[in-house]
Amino acid sequence: MNRFDPILQGIKAAWPICVGFLPLGFAFGVLAQKAGLDLLDIALMSMLVYAGSSQFIAVAMLSSAAAPLSIIFTTFIVNLRHFLMSSSLAVYLHGESRGFLSLFAYGVTDESFAINLARFREGGWHRYQALAVNQITNFTWIGSTILGGYAGQFVLAGSYGIDYALSAMFLCLLTFQLRGRIYLLTAIISGVAAIAISLVVSGNSFVIMASILGATAGFALKRYARRRRDTCAGN
Amino acid sequence: MQETEYLLLVISMGLVTYIPRYLPLFLLAQRELPRWLIEWLDMIPAAILSALVFSELFLSGSPRHLELISAKSLAAIPTLLIAIKTRSLGWTVISGMAIFWIAEKIL
Repeated sequence: MNRFDPILQGIKAAWPICVGFLPLGFAFGVLAQKAGLDLLDIALMSMLVYAGSSQFIAVAMLSSAAAPLSIIFTTFIVNLRHFLMSSSLAVYLHGESRGFLSLFAYGVTDESFAINLARFREGGWHRYQALAVNQITNFTWIGSTILGGYAGQFVLAGSYGIDYALSAMFLCLLTFQLRGRIYLLTAIISGVAAIAISLVVSGNSFVIMASILGATAGFALKRYARRRRDTCAGN
Repeated sequence: MQETEYLLLVISMGLVTYIPRYLPLFLLAQRELPRWLIEWLDMIPAAILSALVFSELFLSGSPRHLELISAKSLAAIPTLLIAIKTRSLGWTVISGMAIFWIAEKIL
């Protein structure tokens, strides 16, 4: 295996994410520029935080002059889902060095997670290919947000459906996850729960609450279905 | 917001984002996860993404309220079909934006 093979395979696996990150990062840059951030501000946020949805939310909060502490807390809650994603990926990164893990952790996003987990499941996916996916998508994100920040001065607020970029991305990522009836049920339970909880509880913690509820319900249903199948097979 | 204040803000945002990404890799890479936990974690992405999608599409305003029929939710139907058909993030984001843009003009 050539030294550059992991990078090439990483690029091949990562390009669909990059194609998605370009308009999304661009949209973020435009919105950030409208909120009064300059190019350096945008670059710093994309580099240090590197989490699309929370960056969108942070920019919206900045334009409504929210307190820094509440922005930080919201970022934490919205990005807590990466904890669960890293936990799933950890299964495939047994015995890696601490240095590798700290670098890899930085690039865990909804998108790189979805691609890497699918590849790891198929087998033959190397840790360096996974890291390449993380880093290539990272550079694309940073670059496209800066580009959007620059273009923002030429774009009118609310035009070209830029406000919809994030919703469209979530919709697409969700369809990747619906690999069977049980996942569809989990998604419906979680989505309905999110709406119900959000109308009662203020703040953004409803996302985490609904996700845990939905995942647990889906898990219980899966176990129940399997137990019933096993009993039927036993008879 | 001052530049130093902004810098502190993004550094803090970065930290609270990085720690949940790092901790499980560090803690779990050395040992086996129990089977039930793996199965439960397997349900998490569908659950989180759906919670985010539903709240993006059906909630609006502040204080937030339920709005089932809107440009956002109506545009989601063709966007969803495109996502299923193309299985491409790029196409879905670009066409989703275009559909929403048109839907907003019509409604």
